[in-house]
Amino acid sequence: MAARAVAINRAGGGGPGLIAAAFVAAVILGPVAAVLWRAGGGGWPGPADWAALRFTLTQATLSALISVALAIPAARALARRRFAGRRILITALGAPFILPVIVAVLGLLAVFGRSGALNTVLYAAGLPTMQIYGLHGVVLAHVFFNLPLATRIILQGWQSIPAERFRLTASLGMNAGQVMRHLEWPMLRAVIPGALMVIFAICLSSFAVALTLGGGPSATTVELAIYQAFRFDFDLGRAAVLACIQLSIVTVAAILALRVAQSGGFGAGLDRSLRRFDAETPALRLLDAGVLLLVALFLLTPMAAIVMRGGAALLDLPGAVWRAAGISLAVAGASMALTLALALPMALAALKRPMIEAVGLLGIAASPLVIGVGLFVLINPWTNPMLLALPVTALVNAVMALPFALRVMTPQLIDINSEFGNLCDSLGMSPRDRLRLVVLPRLRRQLGFAAGLAAALSIGDLGVIALFADPEIATLPLQILRLMGAYRMADAAGAGLLLLVLSLSVFWLLDQGGRADSDA
Amino acid sequence: MALIGPSGAGKSTLLNVIAGFFPPVSGRVLWDGQDITNLPPAQRKCGILFQDNNLFPHFTAKRNVGLGIRPDLRLSAEDHQEVARALDRVGLTGLGGRKPAQLSGGQQVRVALARVLVQRKPLVLLDEPFAALGPALKAEMLDLVQALMTETGATLLMVSHDPLDAQRIAPETILVADGRASAPCDTKTLLATPPEALRRYLGT
Repeated sequence: MAARAVAINRAGGGGPGLIAAAFVAAVILGPVAAVLWRAGGGGWPGPADWAALRFTLTQATLSALISVALAIPAARALARRRFAGRRILITALGAPFILPVIVAVLGLLAVFGRSGALNTVLYAAGLPTMQIYGLHGVVLAHVFFNLPLATRIILQGWQSIPAERFRLTASLGMNAGQVMRHLEWPMLRAVIPGALMVIFAICLSSFAVALTLGGGPSATTVELAIYQAFRFDFDLGRAAVLACIQLSIVTVAAILALRVAQSGGFGAGLDRSLRRFDAETPALRLLDAGVLLLVALFLLTPMAAIVMRGGAALLDLPGAVWRAAGISLAVAGASMALTLALALPMALAALKRPMIEAVGLLGIAASPLVIGVGLFVLINPWTNPMLLALPVTALVNAVMALPFALRVMTPQLIDINSEFGNLCDSLGMSPRDRLRLVVLPRLRRQLGFAAGLAAALSIGDLGVIALFADPEIATLPLQILRLMGAYRMADAAGAGLLLLVLSLSVFWLLDQGGRADSDA
Repeated sequence: MALIGPSGAGKSTLLNVIAGFFPPVSGRVLWDGQDITNLPPAQRKCGILFQDNNLFPHFTAKRNVGLGIRPDLRLSAEDHQEVARALDRVGLTGLGGRKPAQLSGGQQVRVALARVLVQRKPLVLLDEPFAALGPALKAEMLDLVQALMTETGATLLMVSHDPLDAQRIAPETILVADGRASAPCDTKTLLATPPEALRRYLGT
């Protein structure tokens, strides 16, 4: 096997990959060093910092527990039922990954907010209304984003149980409870810790959700505290201390998540279904139908609310919104190009030096706010950082999308290498010919998918841009935030719908572009 | 010349060492008295057909053959003519514009053989490229290979686990068993009076 891995050494070469990896490492680690240096080493965290840390850990723990607890019955229902629309529902469970956070927040506000649908019903029934801001709002939004992810991860666990085992339990006449005890519980025990850790780690870096639904001393995440220390107080020392806290908790959580997680829920083949004789009782049918209905309602109602509220406002949106949309598209295009320009050489070089992929994965643990503050400190002596708000946003977005692009491309490159490496060698193809004639054409689908992910993630991102932007310039998510701040909720909903349409169609177009006319 | 023996005996390994895909642990590879042990595969005097993945699925038959002439696919008018001649010779006249997925298994093998033709190498290595074909098609391909080798004067070295393949087109056979390749023998004599290792493999 070792001999096969050698083959692609002649494709692409290691040089560009090493340069790209060094660049990524510099972008992620350099700003951290800059923050530390500028802060003169930082100080000891104060009470507000500890409060932010406590809140971050609390909300992440609650979000992970609730998401997974709800995902178990949902995944079980998907695993043992066959119905029309099942495949669409499973595909839709992947959508929150590219759903802009600000759009989801708008949708949740429309349903659960002060004058939202739920409170209208509660008020009419004479019941106390609910308040969305604070811990439960933050957790609600995180569950909205991570329940689908948890469901996919756990569903994958269910489908890893061989169908023959279920046939065996059926022939032994086991009921649903016995199947749970003998087959499903052991699987859940293996899968759940990973799902919990992944979601916990994701929620640690929550910024946009905390910015919109949290806030105040009792509901501030570390990321949000960095933003406030920087933007309101320009207290770089405190920002540096917080940056260190954030970096250490995310790194620890990411390492733990990688240790215990078995897969990212990305896997294909989730639409396999098999007949489950133990679950064919009316009560269990009703239970599963109810669970799926509730999950679908919870996930789809906020989206429907955005479409309904935004649809009316879409046609006469203020010019600033359209301008912001144009800026967002440009930033997303640049970020996508940069992601691919970094990912391709890195993925090629990672075939012989796996460490290179590890550098790319740093992006998962990196905090955009920390990078943003660091870049600000680095740029400030030379020029006004606000002038570079958009390039910096594109750069940080690209680094954040890089781990996903690498995960998508690397397995296919390994396949290309093992299938065609020897043939290329025997034909005497030069590295350039190999890239042009073999690697790029055979990697098209993965390139398209990675490009779609990178563009959609960038177009919906509300992170670094909030740090840098001056009032003159805004991406679409930031523009929506400003409209919300000005209580122009109708315009915000219209802009939210526009953002939703843009990010989904950009992803769809690029992904289809990679699929079109590609031969198996 | 055929290489036969049980699976795992090292037939393909031997072929891969000759083709240059991995270096021998010890020993040298000589061609015409010259040491080629450290030459990359493409600079050796051999064309090779693998068990599978002999064609790029995203190229037409023509381009797949053209890669044998110029691996960068910058083909001149003469090159195109040569590709067309090779495709004619293997019986694929008019099918050069199709991609592998639009060709049958036998036709795909013919495309790969056409590429071996245009490569004009004095040694052709076959690593069981017909293993997935049915008996009749396999016999047809073996006969085609034999005819091509006679026309070009190239030497054929083929791996097979089926002694009938060897009998059909290889006058000489090397038995690979227990990690050793014995010296080439006359195929008919070898199969008529099999040594102990071959008897065990044949089950006679």
